[in-house]
Amino acid sequence: MNQKTIIPVGPFHPLQEEPEFFELEVEGEKVIDITVNIGYNHRSIEKIAESKTFDQMVFLVERICGICSTSHPIANCNAVEDLAGIEIPERAKYIRSIVGELERLHSHLLWAGLAGHFIGYNTLWMWVWKYREPILDLFEAVTGNRNHYAMMKPGGVRQDIEEGAIPALSKGLDEAEKKIEMVTKAALDDPVLAARLKGVGILSKEEAIDYCAVGPTARASGVDIDVRKDEPYAAYGLVDWKIITQEDGDVFAKVVVRLLECFESIKIIRQCLQKLKTTKGDIAVQVKEIPPGEGIGHHEAPRGETFHYIRSDGSNMPVRLKVRAPTYVNLPTCKVTVPGESVADATIILAAIDPCYCCTERLVKVIDRERGRKWKWEDLLRLSRKKTERIKKRMGISHE
Amino acid sequence: MMSQVLYSMGAFVVFPGFLFTAAVGLLVAWVDRKITARLQWRVGPPWYQNFVDFFKLLGKETIIPRGVSRISFLASPLIGLIGVTLVSLILWQTNLNPHQSFLGDLIVVLYLSILPSLAIVMGGSASGNPLGALGASREMKMILADELPFIVAIFTPVVSIGSIKLGSILIHQSINGMMFTHHISSIIALVVAFFCIQAKMTLVPFDAPEAEQEIMAGPYIEYSGPPLAIFKLTRAMALFTLPVFLITMFLGGFQFGGLGILWSVVKYVVILILIILVKNTNPRLRIDQALKFFWLRMFPLSIIGFILALVGL
Repeated sequence: MNQKTIIPVGPFHPLQEEPEFFELEVEGEKVIDITVNIGYNHRSIEKIAESKTFDQMVFLVERICGICSTSHPIANCNAVEDLAGIEIPERAKYIRSIVGELERLHSHLLWAGLAGHFIGYNTLWMWVWKYREPILDLFEAVTGNRNHYAMMKPGGVRQDIEEGAIPALSKGLDEAEKKIEMVTKAALDDPVLAARLKGVGILSKEEAIDYCAVGPTARASGVDIDVRKDEPYAAYGLVDWKIITQEDGDVFAKVVVRLLECFESIKIIRQCLQKLKTTKGDIAVQVKEIPPGEGIGHHEAPRGETFHYIRSDGSNMPVRLKVRAPTYVNLPTCKVTVPGESVADATIILAAIDPCYCCTERLVKVIDRERGRKWKWEDLLRLSRKKTERIKKRMGISHE
Repeated sequence: MMSQVLYSMGAFVVFPGFLFTAAVGLLVAWVDRKITARLQWRVGPPWYQNFVDFFKLLGKETIIPRGVSRISFLASPLIGLIGVTLVSLILWQTNLNPHQSFLGDLIVVLYLSILPSLAIVMGGSASGNPLGALGASREMKMILADELPFIVAIFTPVVSIGSIKLGSILIHQSINGMMFTHHISSIIALVVAFFCIQAKMTLVPFDAPEAEQEIMAGPYIEYSGPPLAIFKLTRAMALFTLPVFLITMFLGGFQFGGLGILWSVVKYVVILILIILVKNTNPRLRIDQALKFFWLRMFPLSIIGFILALVGL
């Protein structure tokens, strides 16, 4: 096994639960190059958004991803509010931050579990996911849903958090914190885990900046970018918290950043719950109409900055919605982190950016290599129908 | 003469050979699955799950990839199965009747116990799949890694006792007590051998050859139906047989009178639970890390044990 071979990771692979395709060019066990192919999962969300009203659009973008299902709505609402110049009530700001941070908690725990699974540590996986459950229960208490919370709307939030519910939420948070603390200690002190993850897939600070990495991927390389601090929205400018960074840039640093961020999130939620007791008032302002113009909104999703751009022509529907998910900029960093590592490490490095392909999928262009011709939707449809006919003929199924 | 042949055939096929080892192996594999599940806050399968899985696979289609050497592809699971069956047969015959063992049976057991691993290498290489080939090369490295300390560790009690017959080792232990409690060298050797059998069964942390998330089960990737069932059965039988080997060498073997049976089962279960615990409290090591672990840590340790045995400790 000393000549070059392609090891396929994907399009369907137990490593990740979404369709994506990495071609690892290997020499023996060592990876020398990597090619990333995405585009298996395109759902044309941006196009559909053009036929939805601003209120409906929030529900649509919520379904871009099941894990960061409140990140896209927050970014989207920020964009609409930027466009229309709306200032949301303070109470709504706190509630937005609470939901946003709860999501970071559950998402980071989900990733920690999956990361354990990817390196064959199934016990860690199951334990972390067990401890993620109380967070989902908190979600249910706050929003009524375990996933897809439907809390955001342009101008505020849809549901209030009653004062009577706050003690129970704090208690749930305390319990969750204890368990996360235990997992964090267990994971960070495990010598075998450290041997497996330290010094693996290093992304240097310069490379992180060059590749425009965002979120925990950048913060683990010592770049302290965080939309919540750099351009505060919701309640992030009103509470006290700090950005977690690590200098090493390896997979272990990414684990550390994510696990420690959980505690910052808990801190933010606690402060927001306290502030909710004293801040009275509406949870949303009435939005009468959206003027023509452009608006941008971002949110620090668990994976990094989620960016939404909206253009309006003054009607009740956007003319254009553009979404940029964090994985879209984090994924190319595998070009520098993976080559030189072994196949065993490549998989965990690919997973370390916490990739989310359903957020990332955009337009697919099918190009005929020989004739250089671009295939359009109609062409693909024709091809597909032809093939169906062929299969039917072969199997002896005839049309009516 | 005829009855002798029939008896041998019976011993090989029924007890204590294939059927017995297979049935107990599948049960033991269930214990593994159940304890693992309980450790992970799951419920776990019912006791007959492994039997159902096995028979279901037997009924499935065998798909042979195009351009594959059919003979080596289909023969390798059988070679592994025969290897583990013979190991089990010799070990149990010796445990049942220590006086009947033959000279050098220990060496035969050692050689046969490599067969399942070699079968995986052969099957993985034969499958013609890049992931299978990668898994096979990892398995080969794993054999190179664990075989050296394993053989040194197994020969430590041989040096202490001065006999290479499994039967004599058992008789010596039944008179003088377990090797494990009487010789420091054997304690060291047992620890080394314990990690080696973990690697031989390719269990976490030494499961790089079949890492699901990296190379999708590696050598097994192209296998389906009965050949896959046989591979799975071989693994289950190894989970039963290899700890028995350790018990025979270091822990006084199996006794069959009165409370002896209970005590023997306890010995086995303790080793099994240790295996399961190690499996569930570690992430997977990279193959180079596993190699370093065995060559730089386990091998010197086993040599120390061996020297202690030579000194007579």
